[in-house]
Amino acid sequence: MDFNLSKEHLMAQQLFHDFAVNEVEPWAEQTDEEHRFPWEVVREMQKYGFMGIPFPKSVGGQGCDTLTYVLAVEEISKVCATTGVILSAHTSLAADAIFMHGTDQQKEQYLCPLAEGKKLGSFALTEAEAGTDAAGQQTKAVLDGEEWLINGSKIFITNAEVADIYIVFAMTDKAQGTRGISAFIIEKGTPGFSFGPPEKKLGIRGSSTCELIFENVRIPKDNLLGREGKGFGIAMSTLDGGRIGIAAQALGIAEGALEKTIRYVKERKQFKTPIAKFQNTQFSLAEMKTEIEASRWLVYNAAIKKDTSKSFSNEAAIAKLKASKVAGDVTRECVQLHGGYGYIQAFHVERMMRDAKITEIYEGTSEVMKMVISGNLLK
Amino acid sequence: MKIIVCIKQVPDTTEVRIDPVKGTLIREGVPSIMNPDDKAGLEAALRLKDELGAHVTVISMGPRQADTVLREALAMGADAAYLLTDPAFSGADTWATSSTLAAAIGKLDYDLIITGRQAIDGDTAQVGPEIAEHLGIPHISYCRDLKIEGDEIVVKRQFEDRYQILSAKLPALITALGEMNHPRYMTPGGIFDAYREKEVVIWSRNEVPVADGNIGLKGSPTRVVKTNPKMLKQPGTVIEAGVEESVQYVMAKLKEKYIL
Ligand SMILES: Cc1cc2nc3c(=O)[nH]c(=O)nc-3n(C[C@H](O)[C@H](O)[C@H](O)COP(=O)(O)OP(=O)(O)OC[C@H]3O[C@@H](n4cnc5c(N)ncnc54)[C@H](O)[C@@H]3O)c2cc1C
Repeated sequence: MDFNLSKEHLMAQQLFHDFAVNEVEPWAEQTDEEHRFPWEVVREMQKYGFMGIPFPKSVGGQGCDTLTYVLAVEEISKVCATTGVILSAHTSLAADAIFMHGTDQQKEQYLCPLAEGKKLGSFALTEAEAGTDAAGQQTKAVLDGEEWLINGSKIFITNAEVADIYIVFAMTDKAQGTRGISAFIIEKGTPGFSFGPPEKKLGIRGSSTCELIFENVRIPKDNLLGREGKGFGIAMSTLDGGRIGIAAQALGIAEGALEKTIRYVKERKQFKTPIAKFQNTQFSLAEMKTEIEASRWLVYNAAIKKDTSKSFSNEAAIAKLKASKVAGDVTRECVQLHGGYGYIQAFHVERMMRDAKITEIYEGTSEVMKMVISGNLLK
Repeated sequence: MKIIVCIKQVPDTTEVRIDPVKGTLIREGVPSIMNPDDKAGLEAALRLKDELGAHVTVISMGPRQADTVLREALAMGADAAYLLTDPAFSGADTWATSSTLAAAIGKLDYDLIITGRQAIDGDTAQVGPEIAEHLGIPHISYCRDLKIEGDEIVVKRQFEDRYQILSAKLPALITALGEMNHPRYMTPGGIFDAYREKEVVIWSRNEVPVADGNIGLKGSPTRVVKTNPKMLKQPGTVIEAGVEESVQYVMAKLKEKYIL
């Protein structure tokens, strides 16, 4: 049992920290205010191999591990949660689905460009009628000769407009229920595949969130990901991994807000003394730090388990439940310690508070995390 | 083409303090970094590697912990690394340092040697040129820009108010200015390779063919008699931008510091 990061993880953490401060943070405010996808930042991340961290070099990745990937999402989310989710949805949803379930041919054609940073990925499960109840898929795929014919739509999809490669779930046999769901790889530009208008959101405003619309979209038969009827399992196991990325995003948001707040309370004076001198401030900081450390080890534990254990679903759910709760609580408290300034955009913590909320919703709500955890306890 | 880059691990001087009694640097608790001019020199070497396909070797003299900056160099793209470390080497002034480095470099193949202009903890700017003298090769200092033309290196040598364009026959040594370029980041995979696939070769006293009288504290003709602390001025930042953008930048900074 060793709670120390290895030398390579420490150096990677330093790299991600420097990158976040120098390349990501300068864009964070504008990204949020203008609801603008941070292409400048994403291009730099692509250039430096950030888009393929946990995958082997044989598929264009960096040959690192899930813990290194988590450190990247964490450091980046400390300064910009939008950039954090772009990296997370790309890596642990889209690319990982192909890595875990793709054929050699699919890996070469689709995973390599994702991991090498040449293309961006997206993962589309949610529909208007199929949210938490993801089994209720309405999108249909029918085999027509050598092609799948796809009709339907997906909502709230991250990286929607900006991605090149999409993992899309659809019913191939409604009568089979969850066993009738299959997964597909669809490329942008395929005729009949279009986007709804961008959603206006509470937080992570620079990330692209849109509806995906499929009207008689034809894709090659070989773009079925995994076996026919296995899509639901693919979705659930991929989301297990994705939750670790979101937990890391939540952890980063909380840490980022705490850092800003520590600086602020040392400088802000009331009653002729820095507000850091008040015991309420001190105890509040201590409690936040303790909660953050608790989530950190849950998140790192889930990341390590993903690479070393057969099952990590429970650990991922626990990490996401805790880290997202802490992100919400900590950012709200950080705004409180800033007083009125906390409510003002230039002080960043209001953005962090808005950004934190989504971590309790996507890739399974906190209620779903509790279902997973209690399901394991009661089985 | 074979390039050797000399790298020093230095305390991050933006955080360094001076012991008021002893007059020496307080190094405890101060993060160590790759000397900025050396990093620019490494970047210049890696760009030549990208363009012309060079083999880049990094070399450092220092304590065992200097391993970290060599791994960092490997993670940025250097091909091989050597660390000269031995109690006998410690306490070296520029003469002993350059004698030791030159002797080690003499065992390797090279067309070009790059050092930083100076180390931020010593500021002598002597080690680079001295290495060239020991090896009997030409050197050009204060390099702001360079290119390779046939068997020559052409260097823009920067002064405060003007520059020279100089050329030298290879093999040669240049000293790099930090302003020369923006060094690249490491890559995550590069870091893993640096620790798991690549090696930092350790050379101790016996592996470096240099006379006893030229190494370490004993081989150092100069002594630091006293160091006087000077009030550190915060380094300024130069922003190259239009009026609109500069104003926005300054406003953001003032807000960040809670001045506005
Ligand atoms: C910004 C953003 C980005 C997103 N990105 C993606 C993406 O990239 N890909 C993708 O596929 N989806 C994405 N989603 C969708 C997201 O995963 C879903 O919104 C989420 O799973 C919840 O589904 P829903 O919105 O339909 O809520 P509902 O399922 O309608 O839930 C409403 C409430 O009911 C609760 N609830 C539902 N069922 C139960 C139950 N059985 N027991 C107890 N409580 C229950 C929920 O926990 C929640 O509190 C994104 C959403 C947003 C907002």
